[in-house]
Amino acid sequence: MANQVTATRRPAQSGRDTSARNVKLAVLPPAERISLRAPAGAVEALSRALGLALPVRPCTSATAEGRTALWLGPDEWLVLDEKGGDLLAACAGVEALHSAVGISHRNVAIAVTGPGAETTISAGCPRDLALEAFSVGACARTVLGKIEIVLLRTGEEAFRVECWRSFSDYAFTFLDDAARDAAS
Amino acid sequence: MLLIRCPYCEQDLPELEFRNAGEAHVVRSGNLVAESDEDFERFLFIRENPKGIIYERWRHIHGCGRFFNAVRNTVSDKFLMTYKAGEKKPESLPGDAK
Repeated sequence: MANQVTATRRPAQSGRDTSARNVKLAVLPPAERISLRAPAGAVEALSRALGLALPVRPCTSATAEGRTALWLGPDEWLVLDEKGGDLLAACAGVEALHSAVGISHRNVAIAVTGPGAETTISAGCPRDLALEAFSVGACARTVLGKIEIVLLRTGEEAFRVECWRSFSDYAFTFLDDAARDAAS
Repeated sequence: MLLIRCPYCEQDLPELEFRNAGEAHVVRSGNLVAESDEDFERFLFIRENPKGIIYERWRHIHGCGRFFNAVRNTVSDKFLMTYKAGEKKPESLPGDAK
């Protein structure tokens, strides 16, 4: 009789977290993600299919029922579903021209929260993250240290950092160091 | 750090997010077969490299990903203005353009 082999899925960096004095870092559980490209004419149909209005103003996001759409470019969005809903299936029925690519496993998300969150991310991100310049709900593809990230401000003292899976160790370690600096 | 205005993001953003992409308004001939070697060489290799005002393509590579055009002073490294790709070369420049 053949031996039974079982594989266990262990998401990158899963379970890593850090609590510094006023910053907390946590690797978020896996989520469904798509990279969505569409011309202006398809935005309405896609919004209806996804159940949330795709933001058309630069650097803004929209959230509805566990789904978040982040504006990345004039015809590009990152759509997240934290409840595991099938985003690709939702887009499949749309006849308007668009491209939806599943990238759920490409990204790892890190939550940075606490009064020192802004200082922590600013250690490697050149953007102005002051609340007046980067308000709650603002999002951007930008730089963290040596890598590219997608940054979303989920609260006044809370950020979601999305990075590529292969860079997640670097991103977490970078933020971990920065969090300790922010605490001191 | 320089702040560059991305015409698509409509914000002044740090230069780390951008990458230069060469001279702007270099037009490819619609009929390459009929073009002389000299003209083709000029199109492919010869660039102005001026001292002063230069029209360049830039890409917001670590941001919205879009190409756009910028007017920069090569002496002071000051960005005079930026405008979307495909738009006409501006006829007049703002402020201290000389």
